[in-house]
Amino acid sequence: MQKIAAQFENDTGHKLTIISGATGKFYAQIKHGAPFDIFLSADDETPERLEKEGVAIAGSRFTYALGRLALWSARPGLVDERGNVLNKSDWQYLALANPKLAPYGAAATETITTLGLTNLLQKKFVQAENIAQAYQFVATGNAALGFVAVSQIYENGQLKSGSAWVVPKNLYTPIRQDGVILNSAKAKPAAAAFVHYLQTDKIKTLIKSHGYDI
Amino acid sequence: MLTLDDLSAVWLTLKLATLVMVLLLLIGTPIAWWLARTRSPVRGFVGAVVALPLVLPPTVLGFYLLVAMGPEGPLGQLTKLLGIGTLAFSFPGLVIASLFYSLPFVVQPLQNAFEAIGERPLEVAATLRAGPWDTFFYVVMPLALPGYITAAILSFAHTVGEFGVVLMIGGNIPHKTRVVSVQLYDHVEALEYTQAHLLAGGMLAFSFLVLFTLYTFNLQRKNQYRS
Amino acid sequence: MKAMGANAMIVAKFQAQYAEFTLHADLELPAKGVTVLSGVSGSGKTTLLRAMAGLERHTHSYFAVDGEVWQDESTGIFIPTYQRPLGYVFQEPSLFAHLSVRGNLEFGRRRARNSQHLIDIGTAIDLFGIGHLLERSPSQLSGGERQRVAIARVLASNPELLLLDEPLAALDFKRKQEILPYLEQLRDTLDIPIIYVTHSADELARLADHVVVLEAGRVVATGSLADMMARLDLPSHLANDLGVIVDATVTAIDTRYGLMELSFSGGTIQVVHQAQVVGSRLRLRIRARDVSITLARQSNTSILNQFCALVVSEAVSPDGAQVMIRLTVGDTFLLAQITRRSRDELLIAPGTTVWLQVKAVAVLV
Repeated sequence: MQKIAAQFENDTGHKLTIISGATGKFYAQIKHGAPFDIFLSADDETPERLEKEGVAIAGSRFTYALGRLALWSARPGLVDERGNVLNKSDWQYLALANPKLAPYGAAATETITTLGLTNLLQKKFVQAENIAQAYQFVATGNAALGFVAVSQIYENGQLKSGSAWVVPKNLYTPIRQDGVILNSAKAKPAAAAFVHYLQTDKIKTLIKSHGYDI
Repeated sequence: MLTLDDLSAVWLTLKLATLVMVLLLLIGTPIAWWLARTRSPVRGFVGAVVALPLVLPPTVLGFYLLVAMGPEGPLGQLTKLLGIGTLAFSFPGLVIASLFYSLPFVVQPLQNAFEAIGERPLEVAATLRAGPWDTFFYVVMPLALPGYITAAILSFAHTVGEFGVVLMIGGNIPHKTRVVSVQLYDHVEALEYTQAHLLAGGMLAFSFLVLFTLYTFNLQRKNQYRS
Repeated sequence: MKAMGANAMIVAKFQAQYAEFTLHADLELPAKGVTVLSGVSGSGKTTLLRAMAGLERHTHSYFAVDGEVWQDESTGIFIPTYQRPLGYVFQEPSLFAHLSVRGNLEFGRRRARNSQHLIDIGTAIDLFGIGHLLERSPSQLSGGERQRVAIARVLASNPELLLLDEPLAALDFKRKQEILPYLEQLRDTLDIPIIYVTHSADELARLADHVVVLEAGRVVATGSLADMMARLDLPSHLANDLGVIVDATVTAIDTRYGLMELSFSGGTIQVVHQAQVVGSRLRLRIRARDVSITLARQSNTSILNQFCALVVSEAVSPDGAQVMIRLTVGDTFLLAQITRRSRDELLIAPGTTVWLQVKAVAVLV
């Protein structure tokens, strides 16, 4: 997001301030009048809710990225290209984000159900609060395997470390990451400009290179 | 009404708090005694290390414990050596983490109580033929009883309220590491406010009852001697 | 309880460096009776006593009781306090706050070494009059009561050596007078050596059999009580009471005139009757300034007590005006303080025989 912001400021001269945090927290803050202009969510539900509740400008909702799920291990060679490691029993814990709260978590449980492995794997589940914590569990080696976001483990198309299986898109509902313009930005041309900017080909390429689809 | 999940979380929390309290009283006593009596130059260092969990954000503690417990970390290597595997996501792991987290809440009241006793009762005991262990059990501990009660209450309550550390290393596994504080957090995050209220309210009432009973008991003991 | 041999000794050699003074003691004390360690505050008496108890450990130390070595730093021997059969009474009453009086006494009794108790706990309770206090907690007792319980507790532990560190210092005059008789009785009934620290000349006079005087950490005088009190170069804190202590026995009571007659090794002496009976043993103090000298026995005088005495030695006071004369009456030494002028005019010199008039005698009760 920093790269996008830098380029935006260069190209248009508008100033941009980025505030990062959890989707759920931002929802609560926005509902209570936080002075944000644009909200880029980790899911599609929250922006939809904001729109419905009249806090965001109707019709301003758009998808800025599609999250991609991966099965990752910090151990090189553990995860094969087909994800068959899930059937093996020589590892102990499988980390995933809380499916009730995180879209990647929901996608992970969906994948497991589609593969028919729920009964086999349920005992090995370790639930993280969010995708970042799921990553932490795997990165520190405490969980041998975990479902994380592709954007967390790939850089410029290369796997940063360990071993991974990019989960085929047909195994889970697409993780739409939507954005929306909030009411407080009604009169700000910079807001509309940024939303437009995000959907240009140049930026889409950048987003893809970070492990997302769009 | 409270679900089975919630009740299991409550039971797990109580188990954890009680076990940690007992273990800390056992471990904390020699540490507090040494800190109270020693004149070693290392004293300041040890005291600071013991007090660290007081000032560190629990998430920092939890994070470092997560790393330490992993297969590459010192704790993890130790447990692997002992054939236990890794400690994260397990009840024993939570117990160990809670021991670190609540240690100063036991050591400090005990240390204060031991220091308050001073030298004289120990000398008197020696002149009455009481050896070091005899003196400790029959003179020091009775005189330090208020300190022990405080240490027990504080460590119990502190462990019940533990959140950040558990969040980092618990893994939210039902019946093993899903304690009340995390369960509550999840209810709130999922906007299940009724559940949250029930659980939180119940824990609040229970904790208050425990504290109230123990503090009243402590006061009564003090008044007994004043007749 | 191990009975001390007739010539048993306590050998104490300590050397320690402190900020205010250096402790240097090399003593041989009798292992029976009361030895008083005397000196002003800060003279090292408590330090010496604590070193004897093993509460403080110094290099260059040696302490043996009747041949048993309790500490010898040159060979690395150090028996820790809790393994020494001693009892210690601290200056401030130090009862265990978490136990009742009975509990405190039991604490001492339960850990006593020998089954045959030197002093029965019931006797100790009676001796110190604490029977009615047994169920109270220490915070409910007065200072005097606490100290009595503390001493009883120590006795219950069956010590072979009793050390007391200014046990009366924290009490007011009335309480002191209350407890002193108990201590005197203790001395008379107990068969174990007692070492008693005090800066009070009164306590020393009433309790001591043997005296050690400390000044700035060093022993400046040591000897039996009789010798010490009659010494002419006594340190100033004792000098005000310069005189002699005489042990005497009541031989007759004169009810008509309210007097009693006592006999001592130099003869008989008459004092005001004070609720004593024939046969009582008392200590009398005769101050030097209450003794005057005449060359012949006086008649027509109001003074009842006159003795024929032999002059032994004399010492002139620093200001040159007074002279302290030491004389013997029978086996007893007495001191008389007169002016130098009188000495010269009466030609009093060692070897001459004179008559003493004793104007006042204090009975130490």
